[in-house]
Amino acid sequence: MKKIINDPETVVQDALRGMQAAHPDLLAVHHDPAVVVRAGGPAQGKVAVISGGGSGHEPLHGGFVGRGMLSAACPGPVFTSPTSDQVVDAIARTDGGAGALLIVKNYTGDVLNFEMAAELAESEVRSVVIDDDVAVKDSLYTAGRRGVGGTVLLEKIVGAAAERGDDLAACEALALRVIASVRSMGLALTSCVVPHVGSPSFDLADDEMEIGIGIHGEPGRKKVKAGTASEMVSALLEPILEDLPFASGDRVLLFTNSMGGTPLVELYLAHGIAEQLLADRGIVVERRLVGPYITSLEMQGMSLTLLRLDDEMVELWDAPVHTPALRWGV
Amino acid sequence: MGCTAADVVAALRAAATVVQEHRDELVRLDQAIGDADHGENLKRGFTAVLSRLDADPPDTPAKVLKLVATTLISTVGGAAGPLYGTAFLRASAAVGDATELDCPAVARALQAALDGVVARGKAVVGDKTMVDALTPAVTAAACADGSVAAALSAAADAAAEGASSTVPMVARKGRASYLGERSAGHMDPGARSTALLLRAFADAAAEA
Repeated sequence: MKKIINDPETVVQDALRGMQAAHPDLLAVHHDPAVVVRAGGPAQGKVAVISGGGSGHEPLHGGFVGRGMLSAACPGPVFTSPTSDQVVDAIARTDGGAGALLIVKNYTGDVLNFEMAAELAESEVRSVVIDDDVAVKDSLYTAGRRGVGGTVLLEKIVGAAAERGDDLAACEALALRVIASVRSMGLALTSCVVPHVGSPSFDLADDEMEIGIGIHGEPGRKKVKAGTASEMVSALLEPILEDLPFASGDRVLLFTNSMGGTPLVELYLAHGIAEQLLADRGIVVERRLVGPYITSLEMQGMSLTLLRLDDEMVELWDAPVHTPALRWGV
Repeated sequence: MGCTAADVVAALRAAATVVQEHRDELVRLDQAIGDADHGENLKRGFTAVLSRLDADPPDTPAKVLKLVATTLISTVGGAAGPLYGTAFLRASAAVGDATELDCPAVARALQAALDGVVARGKAVVGDKTMVDALTPAVTAAACADGSVAAALSAAADAAAEGASSTVPMVARKGRASYLGERSAGHMDPGARSTALLLRAFADAAAEA
């Protein structure tokens, strides 16, 4: 294993120190428990929007803390959910009197720890669970669909609603509407190496790809021969379109995401193909996001996310945002 | 003869050692069907438990168990943190403020731990989780001759068998469930760690 780390045990706290050093104007990083909060203290009268999850998916979630997006992020160890005391601490530090909305990705550990935190917190708390990964087929006999790329869009849109002063019930209702309208799927060309493990999380031959991969290297639907970019984009887009389902005339946001190791030249290539496939079906791409925003360490691969837009979502997507990873309108 | 607070602390020291020794094995089991963090997370949790027990050893079994619970909840993360944390918290509540635990009290604590894990994680036997190890353990921990060591040893044996029974199962809870049929053929890491912890408790009780 070759990685730019000093000690596998302290990767996350060392990275958080660097993040604080890089963004002193945007973030205040607290240790023990680890919480990344927006600089400047709680916004009085505004709903605190809080998320969190295992580390290794940067810039998710800490990179989305700032004006117009998250109030706080709770980083767990690599690929491990944060603990409930981190979440309780984040709520206490950011609740400006209007309560807190917790955005939870649907993984057993995340759900359990955020659930305990919601029980322990002294503020008014609502939670939403995002489960946009269409690769998980049978939710009745599993832990359910995973929260993946849709999380980024959800955090942006709900963060903008909280920023304009929507109350907790309105933020929660909006979050549920976004969750109901967003679908994602990913693929991996290579595995990733978790620092404290030191070896690849799964095996993939040189000429193979895993379709339906999760963001922790959990296997997906199937391993197949890696084909052309067009075949890869179709393999992700078709199940997404069928699932909601998306139809001709729908207005969408298309999010083309790198798993961390795929360079932008390949990502833009894939994005162009996806835009063409959607245009062929009469689906109107009104907004886009392209880049590494929800990653899986150094994994090569990509995910596609489609969000069916309405006027309010477009307005909130366009609203000013100023975070380490997303910045416009400011 | 029952278990004093010092005996419970000794059992937890033994558990911490076993977790340390089996850290890599638990990581490997979790790598096969999960996200490769179970061994590391438990090691971090029990290391924290030891340092808190060393700093300020509580004076009743219930207080020891509660300290273990809060420490695991705040240090382990993942699903195992809340699940084991809830197990120790319920066990603590089940034994009240007794200074010594007799066999029925230990059995009560185990039952309460299982009830807590089921309430928190909503798994049932056959889902390929720690419930598959803990459920037979609770049944086996009958106090036939009133010996805590014998009851815990029977529980540990049953838990080991329960853990083995997870090998052919298809997971229905947790991250392994995403694998569907591909999760069969691997032991559930949570069931394995439950069996290891109970074996450590039983061995510590036998030496007490």
